Amino acid sequence: MQELMDQYTSSKISRALLDEVIKLAKQFQKKFQRIPAFMEVCGSHTMALARTGVKKALQNHIRLISGPGCPVCVTDQATIDAMISLTDEENRIICTFGDMMRVPGSYGTLMQAKANGNDVRVVYSPNDAVRIAEQNQQKEVIFLGIGFETTIPILAAALKEAEEKQIHNFSIWMSTKLVEPILRHLLNNKEVALDGFLLPGHVSMVMGRKHFEFLAAEYHLPGVISGFEAVELLSSLRRLLMLALEQNALVINDYQSVVAEDGNEHAKYWMNRYFALCDEPWRGIGTIAQSGMDIREEYRHFNAKEKFSVPMRSPRKTKCRCGEVIRGLIDPPECVLFAKACTPLNPIGPCMVSSEGSCAAYYQYMREE
Amino acid sequence: MDRITLAHGDGGELAHQLIQQVFVSYFHNDAYAKFDSALFHIENGQLAMTTDSFVVKPIFFPGGNIGKLSVAGTVNDLAVSGAIPKMMTCSFIIEEGFPIKDLKQIVHSMAEEAKKANVQIIAGDTKVVERGSADGIYINTTGLGIVPQPLTASIQEGDSVIISGSVGDHGIAVLAARGELGLMTHLESDCATLYPMISAAMKASKNIRIMRDPTRGGLATSLVEICEDFQVTIELEEEAIPLKREVQGACELLGFDPLYLANEGKVVLIVAKEDEQNVLDAIRSFPEGKEAAVIGTVRSTEKGQLLLRTPLGTTRRLYRLSGLLLPRIC
Repeated sequence: MQELMDQYTSSKISRALLDEVIKLAKQFQKKFQRIPAFMEVCGSHTMALARTGVKKALQNHIRLISGPGCPVCVTDQATIDAMISLTDEENRIICTFGDMMRVPGSYGTLMQAKANGNDVRVVYSPNDAVRIAEQNQQKEVIFLGIGFETTIPILAAALKEAEEKQIHNFSIWMSTKLVEPILRHLLNNKEVALDGFLLPGHVSMVMGRKHFEFLAAEYHLPGVISGFEAVELLSSLRRLLMLALEQNALVINDYQSVVAEDGNEHAKYWMNRYFALCDEPWRGIGTIAQSGMDIREEYRHFNAKEKFSVPMRSPRKTKCRCGEVIRGLIDPPECVLFAKACTPLNPIGPCMVSSEGSCAAYYQYMREE
Repeated sequence: MDRITLAHGDGGELAHQLIQQVFVSYFHNDAYAKFDSALFHIENGQLAMTTDSFVVKPIFFPGGNIGKLSVAGTVNDLAVSGAIPKMMTCSFIIEEGFPIKDLKQIVHSMAEEAKKANVQIIAGDTKVVERGSADGIYINTTGLGIVPQPLTASIQEGDSVIISGSVGDHGIAVLAARGELGLMTHLESDCATLYPMISAAMKASKNIRIMRDPTRGGLATSLVEICEDFQVTIELEEEAIPLKREVQGACELLGFDPLYLANEGKVVLIVAKEDEQNVLDAIRSFPEGKEAAVIGTVRSTEKGQLLLRTPLGTTRRLYRLSGLLLPRIC
């Protein structure tokens, strides 16, 4: 009964918040003669905004632009191709998060590699890959390390376990990304005009509210850290609108049950113990200095890029516009391939595959036909 | 003898012993086992027939095992077609080295489920494959039923959509039981034989238009198929769909949509509005149906779309499950 009450109350609050958000958005429009534009940085927010109907309910009132927050989507094609090529050697087990399995490489997918008999395994945690290495000591086990600040600490946890157990046949092919450098890049390039950010709840859980203060201090933009329920998203949008209306550049934590001022010190310690900043290539953008993390020199025996090489082939070109989607320049339906040549069953680009991808969110939750 | 060997599948003495000690002793079907096929009489009229293979991993999971699933799944397919399940066959592919103790437990569960639906298991087969050629045990079942009164599927505007309980339990319970999620949950699979409940629902209303058991692909995929096959538009109320806290939590963590997760003990029915309460009462009188709820309405008899109204009052269209990677769950 309590559960029913919670659900009932929460949707009543959601509807009231929605009215309030629309009212504030109208005030903004009146004051600035345009619709407010906010970017959600996190792929899970993209999905949640579409699934809960918040995006649709606000489509005439707020421009919600999906940012570069889906880890698979921002990974450049050469890296994806290299990861798929890794599976071709004998005596290797490639472990990955499930999202990567169907991501189209230039010459096939991990799923096709698995069907061809290559040993590719989906795991839910990198530590599972360490255990697979432990059980298969005659084989090399490589984990495909894709993710943001939310994933990097769990990669560190896997390395910690491998170090403690002295496992020598485990390594990670790193291609992790950081949120701050990409946001700076987008803002410095001024490709997309924004009135504020809906900031990622999970990245903030690791990095803390203060981590995003640069948005206010240097770019004079407000940001609100949000949770993932309809009621939380609407509450954060309401606060973001209030800040934007007053042009009050503040970074507010609206996910206090999970996010602390300084984040999770423990997670940050282990991240920095095993990994150091590195330059990273981003899909559709190019290499951004110091925008990712790679394994530190003293742990190079866990670095798959040091241990193995793959034949480099130039990526096949397609009409896929994922690169523009992740920069917030176009909405998925503006791509000619969307829902025609490119669908979740036959994806041309990663944004259609990942459970956090903008194209997948649109296809699943916003498509009318 | 505590493990299956290749000799158990050779049709000789060991195979005979296995049949006598395991299958006949649980299924009590030796009367049918004297010829190469089972001979039986059945009433005149329309018959229903269905077949299904079961490869679930793990073989034992909270709330059931592959044996229970293999009987319940086939009985339910018959029952939702409006049939009275009568006869079943079962066929086993077993990996060399499989513990006979486990096989007995599986066969025992099959016999128990068959009893609940008053179905007789009258023929079967066992093959044993070398270690590594299969993953433990696979079961195929085929079911035969009689249909006294075929469902008309004459779905009308205003009809109600009813689900017999919470969605996604089986999908999450089995995923969690694989131990790969790092999730600790006490959630049990909803795996159950639904014939007695469905039979009661059919007694309570002569206006059940159609029924489905939303297994793989979940509630959404089953209803999309109905919408397309019969060109009706159904609108579901997201808030009305029963969902267990554990399932909701796991879905949030893993990025699954509960409407697309498998159920193995649920039925979704479309029934005339005026019979809605009678059918609900009938279903709720069974333990597996006590959370039954009206979850939507047939909005029109054109277009063939499944719509979901969110708590915010917006609607979005639901499509078939597409491109989600799920392991073996049934």
